[in-house]
Amino acid sequence: MIEVSNLTIRKWIDFLFQIVGLLILFLALVTLLSLILDLSTKGLHRIDWAFMTHFPSRFPERAGILSAWVGSLLVILLTSFFVIPLGIAAGIYLEEYAPKNFFSTFIELNIVNLAGIPSITFGLMALGFFVYTLNFGQSILTAGLTLSLLVLPIIIVTTREAIRTIPQTIREAAFGLGASRWQVIQHHVLPYSSGGILTGVIIALSRAIGETAPLITIGALTFIAFLPPNPLGTDQNFYDWIFSPFTVLPIQMFNWVSRPQSEFHVNAAATGLILLLLTLVLNAVAIFIRFRFRRRIKW
Amino acid sequence: MVEILKKEILRSDVRNLSFSYGDKKVLKNINLPIADNKVTALIGPSGCGKTTLLRCFNRMHDLYKSTHYEGEIILFPEGINIISAKLDPIEVRMKIGMVFQKPNPFPKSIFENVSYGLKVRGIRKSSFIKDKSEKALKQAGLWEEVKDRLHQPATSLSGGQQQRLCIARALATDPEILLLDEPTSALDPISTAHIEKLIVDLKSTVTIVIVTHNLHQAARVSDSTAFMYLGEMVEFGTTNQIFTNPQQKRTENYITGRFG
Ligand SMILES: Nc1ncnc2c1ncn2[C@@H]1O[C@H](COP(=O)(O)OP(=O)(O)OP(=O)(O)O)[C@@H](O)[C@H]1O
Ligand SMILES: [Mg+2]
Repeated sequence: MIEVSNLTIRKWIDFLFQIVGLLILFLALVTLLSLILDLSTKGLHRIDWAFMTHFPSRFPERAGILSAWVGSLLVILLTSFFVIPLGIAAGIYLEEYAPKNFFSTFIELNIVNLAGIPSITFGLMALGFFVYTLNFGQSILTAGLTLSLLVLPIIIVTTREAIRTIPQTIREAAFGLGASRWQVIQHHVLPYSSGGILTGVIIALSRAIGETAPLITIGALTFIAFLPPNPLGTDQNFYDWIFSPFTVLPIQMFNWVSRPQSEFHVNAAATGLILLLLTLVLNAVAIFIRFRFRRRIKW
Repeated sequence: MVEILKKEILRSDVRNLSFSYGDKKVLKNINLPIADNKVTALIGPSGCGKTTLLRCFNRMHDLYKSTHYEGEIILFPEGINIISAKLDPIEVRMKIGMVFQKPNPFPKSIFENVSYGLKVRGIRKSSFIKDKSEKALKQAGLWEEVKDRLHQPATSLSGGQQQRLCIARALATDPEILLLDEPTSALDPISTAHIEKLIVDLKSTVTIVIVTHNLHQAARVSDSTAFMYLGEMVEFGTTNQIFTNPQQKRTENYITGRFG
């Protein structure tokens, strides 16, 4: 047998690494918890029915976040509408159809780069292109499109990663039975990767829901005392709401934080809690979906 | 020679087939007749191109870029050239079924697995699908074991059962030729015996080309045998003749275990 002298050292390194890992995890958890605690002590008592159903106001005790949460919801709705099909389709195309050549490598590289661009840059681009060139105005439509571009790379990348986990032997089995490329995608690739894809979608949407900078850049209002037109109302078109001005939760929060009166800071904390809750709910859904799908599929 | 002449009804004929992965020529001028409703075994040392040749028959190589065929594989009685670029590989794969070395059931139910080929062909009639699936599972000798659990996941079956499911899946579409790539290499002796019996039973209805490393298996199940070496077809003959009276020194060395 070979004489081993480094076993104690190796064990020590293992131990050390565990300790460091635990410490870091602890640090992260404490930060999150103290944040939630801080927001709760300041803002929890402020959250009630009136707070959710009132428009913002000059008087902090009368102000509410109706226009903000409706705005957030509508913007996310539009973002989902654009980005989910686009991102998944692009991911499928790049994985299953695109030939591996200079052009596709170039596109792939740029998608990865796109994910690293500061969000305010997307805001500036959107201001120039969507607001002024296409004349979409400072609207929910512009916001949805801007956020779509911002989170598109996330969905593309996670879709591709989910698709890549499918063994090639499964594809060959399907092709071998005479399936067309689309049948392979429809019957196998999409169902087997849907857990991963949906997780990516939700990560992307929870990123979008918290974005502030690009929306301020395109000119989202900070004080809105009306709701977008009701699509089911009689005196307007079904899609009028997408051209309506809007505000969203993080902007409302930002606006209140920057006021001098401390009562508004309470409102801001309460808004922050609601936003946090929304994000946590989205993440919980993501975890649930991943769990459901992972359990069902075994290779 | 007399025996070879007796089975002149051909299901397929490989003529001067060469194949390359990129610049690497892996099959060199292969000629091989495939007799109708018989079992043809491909033997040869590892890396000689058996799998590559088998995958030419159902155009599997078309899924990957920079693969290149030359020559012809004629499919009878249609008389079409399988590897013609003008022929859609999907049409080829609808006629020629394949079972892979490693069992590869879809992560779906047993029933969805057997019936997948029918679904792909747009067949909706559920009574027809049921009958076909049952018949295929019976042919593959799996029916008794799975008839009460058709809607359970195929991945819950044992390795041997999974491989028989893959055979049933290929049979359900009535292929003209069934390609088997070392179908028993991952299986225990009992499952192997099961599948060998199945191959012999299937012979009356379907033409089979089987790749195997197990020479005893080739001797047991096949009617004719082709010995390949370094991408070339060294010798082809009836299984009896190849194993008892090989004409080539290299064939003799291989089957007597002196190399390979
Ligand atoms: N995708 C590929 N790209 C390049 N070369 C390949 C590829 N697949 C196989 N080859 C090469 O082609 C030759 C034949 O391979 P093949 O898999 O057909 O051999 P085989 O006879 O089936 O071997 P085994 O008995 O080990 O399965 C080998 O030299 C192999 O390295
Ligand atoms: Mg092989």
